[in-house]
Amino acid sequence: MTKKRRRLWVLLLCGLGLGSATALTLTAFQDNLVFFRSPSDIAREAPPPGRAFRLGGLVEAGSVTKQMGTDGKPDVRFKVTDGPSAVTVAYVGVLPDLFREGQGVVTLGKLGPDGIFRASEVLARHDETYMPPEVADALKKTGHWNPQAGAAPPAATWNTLEPGKAPAGRSGS
Amino acid sequence: METAETRPIGPNLAAPAAAGGRSLHRFANPGRFLRLAGRVQPWLTGAALLVLAIGLPWALWYSPPDWQQGETVRILYIHVPMAWLAMGGYLGLAIGSILSLVWRHPLADLACRELSPVGAAVTALCLATGSLWGKPMWGTWWVWDARLTSVLVLFFLWLGHAALVRAFDDAERGARMGAILALIGAVNLPVVKFSVEWWNTLHQPASVTKLNAPSLHVDILYPLLVCALGFTLAFAALVLARTRAAVMERRIRALQLAAARRAELPSDGRSALQGAEG
Repeated sequence: MTKKRRRLWVLLLCGLGLGSATALTLTAFQDNLVFFRSPSDIAREAPPPGRAFRLGGLVEAGSVTKQMGTDGKPDVRFKVTDGPSAVTVAYVGVLPDLFREGQGVVTLGKLGPDGIFRASEVLARHDETYMPPEVADALKKTGHWNPQAGAAPPAATWNTLEPGKAPAGRSGS
Repeated sequence: METAETRPIGPNLAAPAAAGGRSLHRFANPGRFLRLAGRVQPWLTGAALLVLAIGLPWALWYSPPDWQQGETVRILYIHVPMAWLAMGGYLGLAIGSILSLVWRHPLADLACRELSPVGAAVTALCLATGSLWGKPMWGTWWVWDARLTSVLVLFFLWLGHAALVRAFDDAERGARMGAILALIGAVNLPVVKFSVEWWNTLHQPASVTKLNAPSLHVDILYPLLVCALGFTLAFAALVLARTRAAVMERRIRALQLAAARRAELPSDGRSALQGAEG
């Protein structure tokens, strides 16, 4: 066995050891690596009262109510859902631009004894779809997609779609 | 390019770094590398400028806005290529480190040394543009989710490699330490890539490399791909230029050292240098 081959084998073995060690560590810390919990997780195992955690899911269609608080700050209530379960969230403050019904959100706060999640922070969670406004309008108009109800239809159905007229300013390709 | 034509004074003086792997690897010879790289460099730089001259205006002015992010989506055309380069460049660093550790390839040492500052720069740009994008869209500059944290670790690995290879008086020792760090850090690459699938994160999952179809409309996808190609060519051109400069620098240093030794020991200069190499 030449020196080079021996170095190659040592390197491969080290890589294998390091790789499996990392994989085992990450698997062991699986639960601590989640950024947020879903309403179903909460329903299955409620976190201890008074403990702050992040709750994530979609803003349920038709659940958003806004009131002006006494101090002039908007007081918002909405439901965060992941399908099977939903949690009502109360939040006082300014919402991110992307906040809307059907949008993914991640909220940080505490679950009250009344089952209402009092959030101190609401972040919008963008999904992985990008489309021009004309294409989104076309999908909405033809009934293929209701953004309030959730994620866009499979990308293959729209990512080469030409809306009625070519979008303004689009360069020839 | 002029330097590529310089006649070597003696094989061991002009190409001291090639001593290890010349018999096995054609491109381990710095002279050959300089000649080849000198020919490739103008084409690479030209292609990068040309593709970016097409891609950037297309992406920043002529592509449509996103239906809900509006014009802010244009950060995508910088952020995503920088993220790809941060990871692709690190893959290059890992491969170069294997070449350097196993085959003691001196050019790989130099290329890795010159690669890491550029890699750190693109990773910093990826983090900065992501932060600027996160504030208006998510509502926060930064969160400690798995994707953002693993990219920050990637940035520190780039910085650490750049610092470590320069921290030793003995360049070869520095290169070996850097290669070990780079290979240990390579376990972070799949973590960066799959963090958005293995764990729930605030960062959205991949859009382009989806199994079925990219979830970007082609009017956004095509300018993104052209920008990514342009930035990749520019990245390669930068790293190549830095590596050429490093090879030339090393050559000049070896020549100066040899000249100094010759002046000191008129009869024995050559063998003293060879002794230092071995």
